Amino acid sequence: MSEEDGAAMIKVKVNGEMREVPSGLTVGDLLDYFKVRKAAAVVEHNRVILKQRENDAVAVNEGDEIEIVRFVGGG
Amino acid sequence: MREDKELKVGKHTFKSRLFTGTGKYATFQLMKDALAESESELVTFAVRRVNIDNPNEESLLDYLDKSKFKLLPNTAGCATVDEAVRVANIARAAGFSDLVKLEVINDPETLLPDVVGTIEATRVLAADGFAVMPYTTGDPVVAKKLIDAGAAAVMPLASPIGSGQGFIDFTYIKLIIKRFGGIVPIVVDAGLGVPSDAAQAMELGADAVLINTAIAKADDPVAMARAMKLGVQAGRLAYLAGRIARTEIASPSSPVEGVIK
Repeated sequence: MSEEDGAAMIKVKVNGEMREVPSGLTVGDLLDYFKVRKAAAVVEHNRVILKQRENDAVAVNEGDEIEIVRFVGGG
Repeated sequence: MREDKELKVGKHTFKSRLFTGTGKYATFQLMKDALAESESELVTFAVRRVNIDNPNEESLLDYLDKSKFKLLPNTAGCATVDEAVRVANIARAAGFSDLVKLEVINDPETLLPDVVGTIEATRVLAADGFAVMPYTTGDPVVAKKLIDAGAAAVMPLASPIGSGQGFIDFTYIKLIIKRFGGIVPIVVDAGLGVPSDAAQAMELGADAVLINTAIAKADDPVAMARAMKLGVQAGRLAYLAGRIARTEIASPSSPVEGVIK
């Protein structure tokens, strides 16, 4: 998707890196956009930790800082 | 023999006294097989960023049967109180439980815990309803402060993480168990290399051990998982059975009367 297609893009920081994503997404949409498996991920949106069921209710806006985390092997 | 008591951490009870980690396995399937063989009921794992450019990496959680294990997210990689508190809260949002293994480490060479930060993070997290299981040094003074801060267990190291050295010294782990064993579970975490190390911890009266590298990096992790399980069980049985006193001189095993001369 690009601006030529008519969708406005916004800049957000995802996992420490600036990314361009379509405007008008919810956090749940953002996970789909990046093809992240929702059941295995937890999102922190502007330092607020979201319960998984809250992802679809939170809008992503220009300049947001988003951490998408998962669980990995460790001791 | 003394009767065994149920192991309880916070509101959670365990039959197995072998807690396990999930790191360093060659494959998730090998980890799954080893954990099943260990009969561990509490497994720990870490929290990391999703790789946005490769989001479909296999998920550890697909290999952990939640009906068999309680899941213990840890704060491995956190160097400060703020980072550890943040990661603990992120993990809690996934809805596992109130348990968290707390690590605050900022010395990459030794991986020794920052005990000042660990005590403070324990205070913050315990006040927020977490059952905090802090990784700490084998220091009774620190153990006392962790308990005062609200720790649900105290997890002193035997030797540095992943080093497989077993106990470097027994003086202070004995003191920790003697002073605090009845107050919160004492879990020996880090440095155990072989089942005899685990058995030693249990013989001393530790409530449990937490083992990752010694199983994951063994030539045959599934066989080592079984060996560690048996070591823990043997050590616990010996503790309950009550060992003999050590003496400086010999004591004959056969009667001294009626010897044929």
